[in-house]
Amino acid sequence: MFSIIQGIVQVLFDGVAFGMLLFVMSVGLSITLGMMRFANLAHGVFAMLGGYVTATLMYRGGWPFLVTLPIAFGLVAVVSVALERFVYRRVYAAKELDQVLLTVGIIYMSIAAAAYVWGPEPMTFTLPDYLTVYRRIGWFSFSTYGALLLAFGTVITLAIFYGLERTRFGAMIRAAVDDRRVALGMGINVNRVFTITFAIGSGLAGLGGALGINALGLDPSFPIEYLVFFLIVVSIGGGGTVKGALAASLLLGLSDTAGKYYVPQTGAFIIYVVMLLVMLWRPNGLFGRS
Amino acid sequence: MTAETQAANAAAVADFRARARWQWYEPIFWLGAIAWYFLFPTYLPLGTQVLCSALFALSLDLILGYGGIVSLGHTTFFGIGAYTAGLLAKYGWGEPITCLLAGGVTAAIAGWICSFVIVRVQGVALLLVTLGINLVLYEIANKAYTITGGADGLQGIVFWKVFGVFDYDIEGRVAYIYTLAVVFLLFLVARRIVYSPFGLALKGMRENWKRMPALGAALRHHGALIFVLSAAIAGLAGALLAESVQFVALDSLGVQRSVDVLTMLIVGGTGVLYGSFVGATVYMVVRDQLADLNPAYWYFWIGLMLVVVVLFTRNGVVGALSDAAAWFQRRGRAQS
Amino acid sequence: MTTAALKTHGLNKNFGGLKVTQDVKFELPVGARHALIGPNGAGKTTFINLLTGLLSADSGTIELDGRPITDLPAHQRVKRGLARTFQINTLFPDLTPLEAVTLAACERHGTSRQWFPALANRKELIEEAYALLAELGIGDQAHRLTRHLAYGHQRVLEIALALATRPHVLLLDEPAAGVPAHESGILYEVISALPKEIAVLFIEHDMDLVFRFASHITVLVSGRVLREGPPAEIAEDPEVRAVYLGTAAHG
Repeated sequence: MFSIIQGIVQVLFDGVAFGMLLFVMSVGLSITLGMMRFANLAHGVFAMLGGYVTATLMYRGGWPFLVTLPIAFGLVAVVSVALERFVYRRVYAAKELDQVLLTVGIIYMSIAAAAYVWGPEPMTFTLPDYLTVYRRIGWFSFSTYGALLLAFGTVITLAIFYGLERTRFGAMIRAAVDDRRVALGMGINVNRVFTITFAIGSGLAGLGGALGINALGLDPSFPIEYLVFFLIVVSIGGGGTVKGALAASLLLGLSDTAGKYYVPQTGAFIIYVVMLLVMLWRPNGLFGRS
Repeated sequence: MTAETQAANAAAVADFRARARWQWYEPIFWLGAIAWYFLFPTYLPLGTQVLCSALFALSLDLILGYGGIVSLGHTTFFGIGAYTAGLLAKYGWGEPITCLLAGGVTAAIAGWICSFVIVRVQGVALLLVTLGINLVLYEIANKAYTITGGADGLQGIVFWKVFGVFDYDIEGRVAYIYTLAVVFLLFLVARRIVYSPFGLALKGMRENWKRMPALGAALRHHGALIFVLSAAIAGLAGALLAESVQFVALDSLGVQRSVDVLTMLIVGGTGVLYGSFVGATVYMVVRDQLADLNPAYWYFWIGLMLVVVVLFTRNGVVGALSDAAAWFQRRGRAQS
Repeated sequence: MTTAALKTHGLNKNFGGLKVTQDVKFELPVGARHALIGPNGAGKTTFINLLTGLLSADSGTIELDGRPITDLPAHQRVKRGLARTFQINTLFPDLTPLEAVTLAACERHGTSRQWFPALANRKELIEEAYALLAELGIGDQAHRLTRHLAYGHQRVLEIALALATRPHVLLLDEPAAGVPAHESGILYEVISALPKEIAVLFIEHDMDLVFRFASHITVLVSGRVLREGPPAEIAEDPEVRAVYLGTAAHG
């Protein structure tokens, strides 16, 4: 009996930590999709880039882990703006299929580029000692790394909600997601709002990738491996809703962790089936507008 | 009826007839496929694979290029066809024609079942659902290794002689001719579909999904039918490949192959029938050449190809060719 | 007493808290030329969407020729003889008008799922499609791609697509929307020349056109029926003048 409770607490802790990580990585995609109806399948490339930036700075430069995080955020944000300006902007009005193909092409190119720069094998790195130990509170033992994910995830999530709900810029984002044309009519420069939002969202993906290197692993196939996770978050959450993305991320994090804990032999099977059932039940997502 | 309306009516019917008529380049194309047999005897296995991929791409073209439904998981049906044929042969029935048909039938049934989900969703949700079905099936095939061989693939399968006469030879001559014959027959079927009343309904779905119900179209039934037809052809393509290589790899159900076939179709051109053949040829030959040079990085060039096709051509290689032809025609007219 | 071609009773629809259709009772007699008017946001298009099944009503009933169609999906209502056009062109850009109308004819005829016989052999359907285009005066446009057609011709094609389903009730959502004033009359000549058996309900903002072509008018305000009656009565009604014509007079 006791071990059952222990197991549940363990799954809750790890599942929520993983879910928060997924949310940080995918919230940008959800907003992008809501605002521009742009299906950026290459979103995982940003997360991968963040991971490589942090791993390289730590491994080759000996930088402290925590210092590399803002650099990962900033660098990815800058790269994403260049991509948005010179490539993505040309296909906003295009058919969805063109967007899918373009971003798949970018995934392929970035996989090959990552393999060229960092090698095709999983990247090696060493986390600082304080992140590789387990702590105990009473009978409950947890990894400091998991606690870090949880703490960062909570802070970033709160910051995102505060930014969206309480700031002027957040109001502009919400207006643009709600109805682009009305926002334009209100004098909001939607293109500029979008560029900035895109940069922040991509930066967050980079930050998530950097934070998550230990949990997610890091090799050139990252953008494909986690593509389905991002798609699940935006489809189940319903594009454009941050609350939906958070709920979907937590659901996904918990079911994936629980699946691995209780029925490890089924692999990713469970989350795929759960996802298909949700899509059958609510084709527009749990929080989606029809 | 006046002579004038009679002439106009005749012109209207002739318009539809003209679209369906064989074009001058079509026999050239198929003669080229026959010539390959004599010109490149050492490349027959590659030729067979190109043909199977082209047929697979053609099946995707029916739902995507004509019906306007984007699928990220079309290899679901290709893999089901391949495994059906492979399993039949492994467990004692290796007659090629029946194995082939069985592959098509099981894939068609799978397509029919999937269509219930697929016609309900659009946009990103559609991408996710098609991808999700593909992933679930891949996981099943991966875990059920006692039946499917898991990651090692389905090994030790032997197909009997084609028509009980022609044994699969090591140079792949029988496989090539057999594959070419089947692909040609199925191409004829696809051609019929495209120029049938249903073909027009498919184009209607692609051009304006929303208007169709207002014309009295039952979209779910249309969707179910095209999924059955397309899945059947994809399954036949998978079974053909299984027969010609006498092996079924787990990656015949892999998402990578779903994306590959999408890439082939886009590079070739959608909604033009021959786009899938052009795309499959370009893709497979480029991959064959690049893989010799630099195995780890060739996806960079495939990716670049996709980006270039989307940003700079109207509809893949075939689109670019027809644009060029139109340009030359205009120029010729301007000069004369 | 004859049954109405189309009839609603107690029709309601809410979007969130917003009541866009409230308790609408409506009757369209066989062969009517009926205008639906009202200020912007009165719920006119929503009402058409409810009638055609693009939206489903929260409560209330819809009857076509005395038979309930409230729970039928959109395409089956079309099969029963209820067709519509769209305020914003909802056409097939890369098909020719001939192809598009032939498609509609195939759907009506039940041949649209025949996937093996050649379309070119369905001569009677193609000729029927061409005849319809010619009748509406765009026969010479039949072989061009829809996206290359002039806007006015595209508006006529909207009507042609609806007529190809052989409706006996036709709902026109601002058929002349976006057409320059001197051309919109031509569009309505097409509409008034429709066979008498077809009951027509049209949404229109131009009052001249409404009074010229409608034999009956329903005024919708905030999702409710404010008045209905013959044009002369509506024109004199003080309440209608206050909420609707008064504002229209400025524009």
